[in-house]
Amino acid sequence: MQLYLPIADIPVNVFLILAMGAAVGFVSGMFGIGGGFLMTPLLIFVGIAPAVAVASVASHIAASSFSGAISYWRRRAIDPLLAAVLLVGGTLGTTLGVWTFTFLRSLGQLDLMIALSYVILLTTVGGLMFWEGLRAMLRSRRGGAVTLRKPGSHGWIHGLPLKLRFKRSKIYLSVIPVVVVGLVIGFIGAVMGIGGGFILVPLMIYVLRVPTSTVIGTSMVLTLVTMVFATMLHAVTNHLVDAVLALILMIGGVTGAQFGARAGQKIRGEHLRLLLGLLVLAVGIRFAVELVIRPQDLFSIRETGGAPP
Amino acid sequence: MRSRAPLAIVGLLAASLAAVPAHAERLIVSVSNHRVTVTPNYSGGELVLFGSVEKDDKTPSNRNNYDLVVTVSGPRADMVTRRKERKFGIWINTDSRQFLQVPGYLALFSNRPFDEIASPEVQRRQQLGLNNVLLMQRVGPDFADVVPNDPFRSAFVRLRSEHGLYREATSAVTFLTPTLFRTGIPLPAEVPIGTYNVEIKLFSDGALVTKTETAFEIVKVGFEQFVATTARQNGLVYGLVTAFMALMTGWMASIVFRKD
Repeated sequence: MQLYLPIADIPVNVFLILAMGAAVGFVSGMFGIGGGFLMTPLLIFVGIAPAVAVASVASHIAASSFSGAISYWRRRAIDPLLAAVLLVGGTLGTTLGVWTFTFLRSLGQLDLMIALSYVILLTTVGGLMFWEGLRAMLRSRRGGAVTLRKPGSHGWIHGLPLKLRFKRSKIYLSVIPVVVVGLVIGFIGAVMGIGGGFILVPLMIYVLRVPTSTVIGTSMVLTLVTMVFATMLHAVTNHLVDAVLALILMIGGVTGAQFGARAGQKIRGEHLRLLLGLLVLAVGIRFAVELVIRPQDLFSIRETGGAPP
Repeated sequence: MRSRAPLAIVGLLAASLAAVPAHAERLIVSVSNHRVTVTPNYSGGELVLFGSVEKDDKTPSNRNNYDLVVTVSGPRADMVTRRKERKFGIWINTDSRQFLQVPGYLALFSNRPFDEIASPEVQRRQQLGLNNVLLMQRVGPDFADVVPNDPFRSAFVRLRSEHGLYREATSAVTFLTPTLFRTGIPLPAEVPIGTYNVEIKLFSDGALVTKTETAFEIVKVGFEQFVATTARQNGLVYGLVTAFMALMTGWMASIVFRKD
């Protein structure tokens, strides 16, 4: 069934988009991530303009992280104070991100920047995850205890001023690194159309030392608010949010996520990390290849206004 | 100076009288539909232009070999054509040209190749064929059209043609009788909305005999168009509704799939 997307301005097959949403939802449910880093590239690969893909996926992630956040809230697995401090940075980062997005778009370099940041971020994070997963697996095969790697004590982070007691997470921490983490995630989320969960969760565990009991729920709250905010900003400044596309993605995504979550429980943790690392790495490499090989057409056209509404 | 002014006016009058040829022929045309409504599942269509050449007593009796050129031009907009180049091992947009107020849709139809209808000089002056249509570019501080084989211009025309938005067909106009003609105007799925001008030029023996104009309008209707208009005009409301929709979908999902 063909459907015309009003903002993306192209006709698409509804079932293809639904299937993509479900597939990404499945993966995101399995790994407990938002899946934006997969959804945006997939949309770009089927021919939707990168700018529209980034803006529309923001609202898709808002939907999936809201349903996640609700269930974590019921289980009291969210630290409200930690979420609030993260959000201070997150909102600021999102504003900066949307502003950068608009600026790059006016220069005609937005598509390149989106592709480049995907290559850099995904190959780095994917490579690290894959390596970490591989090491954990080898260790468990040798019969050693499977423990998360304990990095250096990060003494300087705990020496920063403005300390605050986050009761539910049972940590005593300066607000500065928390705000910075929120800012970084908000920024890349708005520019790249990703929730950032797959970077945020490791950052919170390794750098902020947030206990695993509250980490996913709290990160979902940050994702939810920054993505709702990004949707609003993209809609107001760039008029690029395709609500029809977003709705189809949401329906596919939330359904797929349920089955993914069930499948995820059957796989061992280190295997899961290895798989996720491979997946992230593969998407990054796909973007790198796209940049390096000669494009089919060296020319492109974009309307710059002047058209009657 | 004073004495020359009336003379100049007389001269102008004479010139304008001469410019309006004593029309020996008249063109009567009509399109099959003056208001095309495009629905979301529109996958392209075709309009038909009908017309006839009306002769009168001033027409040379031996004149029968008419040629017709139909130019359809859609709503105008500024467009940028960018070229990628290899820099630091990756392909990035480097050079660009801005096309000013160029038609979003452009179609040129005739009954036989333009070369056979008129001389290259007339083709250029009457803008016959995609190579001769004026496409204004901003070149530094100047505005100009460039030679047809300019890489940016030809890439622009080629890309628009690939989408069916620019086209040229030199056998699309058919004469049903020596004076009655018809041509189809194909409209692809992604046809831009707005007013379309149709210019019909009648040639005989390589010279323009007469021309006429008509127009039609393309309107998009339905939910999708409403969404697009709202997104552009009420960004804030649109954003709020989209965000609310996202939250509702997420909430519904958490109820439907609730496990505990």
